[in-house]
Amino acid sequence: MTDRRDFLKHGSLAAAALWTGACSSGAPPTIPAPGPAQTPSATPPADIQIPTRELMMRALDAARDAGAGYADVRIGRYRNNFIVTREQQIINVVDTDSIGCGVRALVDGTWGFGATRTLTADGVAGAAREAVAIAKASRIARDRSVELAPTEVHRDVTWKSTYEIDPWTVPIEQKVDLLLRANAEALKVPTVKYVFSIMYFVKEDRSFASTEGSTIDQTVIRSWVPMQITAVAPDFSDFQNRSSVVQPAGRGYEYVLAQDLVGNAAKWAEEAAQKIKAKPVEVGKYDLILHPSHLWLTIHESIGHPTELDRALGYEANYAGTSFIAPPEKMLGKLKYGPEFMNVRGDRSQPGACATIGYDDEGVKPEDFLIIKNGVFNDYQTTREQANWLKWWYDQQGIRPRSHGCSNGDSWASVQFQRMPNVSLLPGERDIGWDEIIADTDRGIAIVGDGSFSIDQQRYNAQFGGQVFHEIRGGKIVGMLKDVAYQMRTPDFWNAMDMIGGQRSYELGASFFDGKGQPPQSNAVSHGCPPARFRQINVINTGRKA
Amino acid sequence: MSTLVSLLAPARYLSRAEAEALARRALSMATAEATRVSIQSGTRGNTRFAVNQISTAGDDFNTTITVRSLYGRRSASVTTNKLDDDGLRYAVETSERLAKLAPEDPEEMGELPPQQYAESQGWSDATAALEPDGRARAVRAITEATRAADLHGTGYLETTAGSFAVANSKGLFAYARGTGTALTTTVRTPDGSGSGWAGESHHDFSRLNPASIGERAIQKARLSANAVAIEPGRYTVVLEPTAVANLVQLLGFALNARNADEGRSFFSKPGGGNKIGMKIVDERVTIVSDPLDPEVPANTFTGEGLPTSRTIWIENGVVKNLSYDRFWAQKSGRPPVPFVGSLRMNGGSASMEEMIASTPRGILVTRFWYIRPVDPRTILYTGLTRDGTFLIENGRITKAIKNLRFNESPVFMLNNLEAMGAPVRVSASESGSPGLAISVPPIKVRDFTFTSLSDAV
Repeated sequence: MTDRRDFLKHGSLAAAALWTGACSSGAPPTIPAPGPAQTPSATPPADIQIPTRELMMRALDAARDAGAGYADVRIGRYRNNFIVTREQQIINVVDTDSIGCGVRALVDGTWGFGATRTLTADGVAGAAREAVAIAKASRIARDRSVELAPTEVHRDVTWKSTYEIDPWTVPIEQKVDLLLRANAEALKVPTVKYVFSIMYFVKEDRSFASTEGSTIDQTVIRSWVPMQITAVAPDFSDFQNRSSVVQPAGRGYEYVLAQDLVGNAAKWAEEAAQKIKAKPVEVGKYDLILHPSHLWLTIHESIGHPTELDRALGYEANYAGTSFIAPPEKMLGKLKYGPEFMNVRGDRSQPGACATIGYDDEGVKPEDFLIIKNGVFNDYQTTREQANWLKWWYDQQGIRPRSHGCSNGDSWASVQFQRMPNVSLLPGERDIGWDEIIADTDRGIAIVGDGSFSIDQQRYNAQFGGQVFHEIRGGKIVGMLKDVAYQMRTPDFWNAMDMIGGQRSYELGASFFDGKGQPPQSNAVSHGCPPARFRQINVINTGRKA
Repeated sequence: MSTLVSLLAPARYLSRAEAEALARRALSMATAEATRVSIQSGTRGNTRFAVNQISTAGDDFNTTITVRSLYGRRSASVTTNKLDDDGLRYAVETSERLAKLAPEDPEEMGELPPQQYAESQGWSDATAALEPDGRARAVRAITEATRAADLHGTGYLETTAGSFAVANSKGLFAYARGTGTALTTTVRTPDGSGSGWAGESHHDFSRLNPASIGERAIQKARLSANAVAIEPGRYTVVLEPTAVANLVQLLGFALNARNADEGRSFFSKPGGGNKIGMKIVDERVTIVSDPLDPEVPANTFTGEGLPTSRTIWIENGVVKNLSYDRFWAQKSGRPPVPFVGSLRMNGGSASMEEMIASTPRGILVTRFWYIRPVDPRTILYTGLTRDGTFLIENGRITKAIKNLRFNESPVFMLNNLEAMGAPVRVSASESGSPGLAISVPPIKVRDFTFTSLSDAV
């Protein structure tokens, strides 16, 4: 599920309030930055230094001494930077910085986890002993022993995500100026009265070591510009929002600059204003043309989540839910997910995607894998513990069970578990795009941007809104609609796909907040896709009168 | 397990004296015109179980401090968990540097002078003292029953114990400690044809009954097997308290005066202004937040150090208050009305049995799931029923039915009220974490809108 409901949804100052105080203890964490911070606009204070490697070795020793058969340790520094504005004012400038150490220990086939922000030899050793003690305490409720699929050992390796400009090196005045100029452009549209815009940057310095000998250092940067533009009818009879204008990305400040916020703000604002005057949709069945800025979320919910193996086997039943793609032996190689031209890939390798990483949180170097191959369900997302559960399937394929590298913890304080890699619908062979698909459609609705979303706990029944709804008649956009949502049943929906764009129309969409697990953790993930058309999908009108 | 006792001390958090000392240390480093620090510290213990065994368990302890620096109307904040002098100094200096660079905020209200606060009530020693083996025992009360019943029990127990403090350079200091816990389970039949949920949440762990939670979920899992499809449409529904809270809390989140006055809220009045004083739901409905309510307590101050107090949001169906932050309150010529982190809806005298018995045809809902906003103009949300949805015919539960998607607003729901039972505190977060402290009654409502059917169990 994605949890952006906590973000921007309640309008007004809720978003700002989220950043001001006191996050919960589950928030962010740690590690040392190499060298001094580089902020050109004023003399920065000396940065924090931590002897990461020594501490990690100390933690592993302590876990081993306490009786762990396997242990891994993550020391991480997790930083956020936010600039929050509305209209022509700045609401907040916030930096957050969290450093700490998490140790996971396997004792007699049972997991335990301990975490601490006290980065001393005693502190991390204490967390390691706590992890072992918790594993022993939990042993009483164990049924099946955990076994890890083998992985290569990666010694002294480093990895860095794709970015050109570290957002922490960009002067705050520049960031603020860009947002306020974009806001000003949006406010030139007469009925547009309110604009929220935020710059949201993430920097993670993540170190990993395991008792098997891997030692890994990685740096990840992500950037996002959430923006919500609101048009209000002068008589208060209606208001409409345009948001979801810039997708989050695993890139640096260069990505923000490339969005041309100032140049595009008027267009987005105009769309908000047009929605006030737009025609309420008539319920019925329509051919839907879904733009990548919208379709990514449908992929996330209806393909990404049901193909998580822990869900399929019941491990997430109490929160995220289970999956209609179960049991595995009846689904792998058998379930017809969609048309033959449908191929869906899991990866942690696409440059600029949010789940892209060199090594996962179990030290596995991920490989790309096909989740759906020629329209047929082909593989689940896995971790080391889970890969063995599908040994029978991999034996049939002549493959050794191997984790797909999907282990992730959202902070040093969170135990790592199976999280979604980038899950992407691969483009078709024909070199067509958005315009060609519209031109080929007689009566339909073209949807841009992600909006309301909800799906059941087995990922069958979903309902999606959007941002901008274009009415299509005779191959042309003839006007704008509002109050549109479509309802679907996952396998029927994907089998109704009859046209997709080619490589040049492929784009990434993303969420910073994919929620799963208990305690709940957030995962950043991207989904690439071309625009695609779906035949005769049920559309409802969501505009009720109070 | 005696070794655990020495290894795993009870929940850690900063005492009043420790929080005050940390606040002083940070404030003493500050050179801004005004400075505020907020300190959050605490331990979260968690134990998950799946398919009748514990799958993960852990404890994490953390303290974070947020430093907010103010120069005139320029401000910035920095949050860190590095609390030695170097770490604190880094945070203070970074915050001051950013604040000087930030543009002026015309809505900046400055820091509050010292305030008087009531003592916060949400602490329980029973919760704070619960350790991993105690959590494992609570979980086992469920998993032993599910294993004996040949069912699959999956669930989650979380405990939190911590403190929150706010201090500023004008001498304000506020401190509260609080605990929270929630235990929830989803029990499924091995063939996946039935699923039942039960859960409870309270700040006092001794108020939870693990065995009873397990029994209720087991019963629902069995009863829900082999559900049949019915046509979506408008139905009379009997909503269990968790389902009521799933939706009523959404109304709570929308109680914002500024959004209303700006014309972009359900609480906007057609033609201008807001709906304070207008009747919006059935006259039997009253919704209140009271930080000192012993059953659903909340912090007695906000993140800025503003005292919170008992606030009636809706009384006898009429909007009495919306929340006003300090700026909007000043602009509107009213006192600020802070949002309070708890909700209580009043109830009635009907029992669940009576509500079912008086229903010729309707649906009993255990809980709702994946609830997301659709239209803020009407507080319209969509989501689905889950883990125990039953058909009521001629005053009796006759069969399990497939889950249904709703498109509905708590406003419409509380307008179509038929009957209410006795309020209880419930676990109403989707994640199974303690969530908002909320007490609501079971209710019976007519014309609840279901728009499609789900095959999900």
